[in-house]
Amino acid sequence: MIKLDAKIPEGSIEKKWENRKFENKLVNPANRRKYKVIVVGTGLAGASAAASLAEQGYHVQAFCFHESPRRAHSIAAQGGINAAKNYQNDGDSVYRLFYDTARGQPGQQLLLGAYSALERQAGLKTLEISYRHEMLDLVVVDGRARGIVARNLETGELTTHAADAVLLATGGYGNVFYLSTNAKYSNATAAWRAHKRGALFANPCFTQIHPTCIPVSGDYQSKLTLMSESLRNDGRVWVPKNKGDKRPPAQIPEDERDYYLERIYPAFGNLVPRDVASRAAKYQCDQGRGVGPSGLAVYLDFKDAIKRVGHDVIASRYGNLFQMYDKITGDNPYETPMRIYPAVHYTMGGLWVDYNLMSTIPGLFVTGEANFSDHGANRLGASALMQGLADGYFVAPYCIANYLGGEKLKPVKTSDDSFKASVNEVQSGVDRLLKINGKQTVDEFHRKLGHIMWDKCGMARNEAGLKQAIGEIRQLREQFWQDVKVPGSGADVNQELEKAGRVADFIELGELMCIDALERRESCGGHFREEMQTSDGEAQRDDDKYAYVAAWEYAGAGKPEALHKEPLAFDNIHLAQRSYK
Amino acid sequence: MSETLNLKLKVWRQKNARDEGKLVDYTLEGVSTHASFLEMLDVLNEKLIKQGDEPVAFDHDCREGICGSCGVMINGAAHGAQLGTATCQLHMRHFKDGDTIVVEPFRARAFPVVKDLMVNRTAFDRIIAAGGFISVNTGSAPEANNLPVGRETAEAAFDSAACIGCGACVAACKNASAMLFVGAKVSHLAHLPQGQPERFRRVTAMVAQMDSEKFGSCTNTGACEAACPKEIKLTNIAQLNRELLRASLCR
Repeated sequence: MIKLDAKIPEGSIEKKWENRKFENKLVNPANRRKYKVIVVGTGLAGASAAASLAEQGYHVQAFCFHESPRRAHSIAAQGGINAAKNYQNDGDSVYRLFYDTARGQPGQQLLLGAYSALERQAGLKTLEISYRHEMLDLVVVDGRARGIVARNLETGELTTHAADAVLLATGGYGNVFYLSTNAKYSNATAAWRAHKRGALFANPCFTQIHPTCIPVSGDYQSKLTLMSESLRNDGRVWVPKNKGDKRPPAQIPEDERDYYLERIYPAFGNLVPRDVASRAAKYQCDQGRGVGPSGLAVYLDFKDAIKRVGHDVIASRYGNLFQMYDKITGDNPYETPMRIYPAVHYTMGGLWVDYNLMSTIPGLFVTGEANFSDHGANRLGASALMQGLADGYFVAPYCIANYLGGEKLKPVKTSDDSFKASVNEVQSGVDRLLKINGKQTVDEFHRKLGHIMWDKCGMARNEAGLKQAIGEIRQLREQFWQDVKVPGSGADVNQELEKAGRVADFIELGELMCIDALERRESCGGHFREEMQTSDGEAQRDDDKYAYVAAWEYAGAGKPEALHKEPLAFDNIHLAQRSYK
Repeated sequence: MSETLNLKLKVWRQKNARDEGKLVDYTLEGVSTHASFLEMLDVLNEKLIKQGDEPVAFDHDCREGICGSCGVMINGAAHGAQLGTATCQLHMRHFKDGDTIVVEPFRARAFPVVKDLMVNRTAFDRIIAAGGFISVNTGSAPEANNLPVGRETAEAAFDSAACIGCGACVAACKNASAMLFVGAKVSHLAHLPQGQPERFRRVTAMVAQMDSEKFGSCTNTGACEAACPKEIKLTNIAQLNRELLRASLCR
């Protein structure tokens, strides 16, 4: 029986981390090179951890499934980073370089900082980067994470790698929904395979839907593009008062427009939190007041702001975003309102970790979006960058040192039976996918999964819908393994095979998300249960029953996962019902 | 303008780095003008898979012009003819019904073809590893506000730092030169106080690595600037040359 022990240090909140660092065991600098640490994923969280560990003298092997670490999806962060000035630990020059000067795309510069720190160590030969290698299994020996199986995406070869500790920084699972603001390659496979090897998966139903994305334009749509939230500072959100009003926006007079956020939430107006803004947009569209060809969009109008401060000021604030919007839609937001609609953006859930970022498998550490920590049920804008960097540069290196310094690990080799068994399992999975030769493409399955998830486990959820979704996903999984078509072979670049493995995992994870959402009969952050709302439509928590982290344990193929509850204790804040009116 | 297009495609197909490769003709009907160029390739691939053929391999990821993964030659132009646009940001509304579109990989000796439209650009990573960084260990730097940087300087550095490492500059250059890529990184760090201590060592090491990767020489045609999806200016190459000259004189 797994007992969840968060290992939170003693002392007041501002002293906890200092106390932990003081208690932690250290590894003699001369001995560090004897320890090998595998870092999977080279985005913000992974590259920063790999660079820091290599600098400290550990033997690091970083796995990057892209062609280059600089392609990681952390590069796409449009907003800023949350940091308190004079916060003790934020003084790193590589990532602070542009902190005060950034003009709308600092996320890119943060990743480039971590990337250059990583490449510097690669150049110094203190770490090795395995490019275009995708982790497909975690190898567990005597209950400890001791290595991985990775597929070389250029040659198809399965390779095994042994280590003393494994760190996953493999990002979130927003692409379960098929359409999301995540990059196309973003996937849950590494985290999900670790879950199947014993790492608990926490709060899978907590997903964040971002209110301001460019709406879907057709069946061919491959992803959704985020328009930074900062636009809501000057843009006014509205829909026509009359249902089905198809006139162009300029022909709809002022008194026939409903600036619904300003009307319903006079105190916060267009700046209500993400989940509130998203649900309000969905509600307007569900009522038949949506705009654009699909009716699944609302207007974000800059006309008044341009009148107030002038075209040039708006251009200096949002020029790059307006240009991005224009490129995608062919519409000029200076002249006609943007059309926006909510889209899946971030997943707060992930592998369960303790205070030391270690999962329920000793020796397996998880950082960044891949873990469940730091954001609760609803992440605050811009804090994911802070988490990735803090985990990677400052927290993980101490915690991994403490683990390595405190354990007597027996040597393992990739020729050991556990590595061979893992390779055989992965190989048979690959062979099975290639053999099915069915009629439906991987993307067709992925789109179907996305529709089920978006309709029934998206912005609003209810018991009947979730039960139906679970049934539909089980059917979809069966069909997938009978009818998916994966062309080509496993012996060279095969992007369909790569996608097929990821979609197979998304289907399983999607089911767990629905189960978790069904189990949590309260509304909380990104999780809105329609049955649980206040009389004025706000999310209603049930702290007596649900103030816990739901951590799920894999029980074998086809068996229901076991729920473990980690009670939440709030020592420093007082839980209250939100109100934005 | 009609909402859908019928297109003739000539797409480069090459099994692997050793294969010779050739252009293969395809027709595609009913492509939405609102689709992106990569979504058009997705539609082609779905069709090919259904027919029992192998889909066209191409690199892509963020599909919003920032990761630098995508990049193909479209009718002979890197990322197509639209200025300041990566392949993923190019939309089909810029094409006409009945158009023939030739799609090829970025070609350079330093960027070997992996498969079809996918090339290996890790030469760029090795150039960065040779010197495209500041030698400050993570977690140990001073408070950033102790080192003031003027707004103009910061903006100039940021303009160079906007490079997404896609390689269009190399693909567009008749000599397959990487001078714009290297120039952008060298200029970025040369503008900033943090970049000063290693300024000369950096430019020397990065240029040496660039040469060893078999990129060609720069003859100042400016094709790189025209193809760059982030509109990195040719002045970065001038700065690279100045930095290199200063490094050789100050040694």
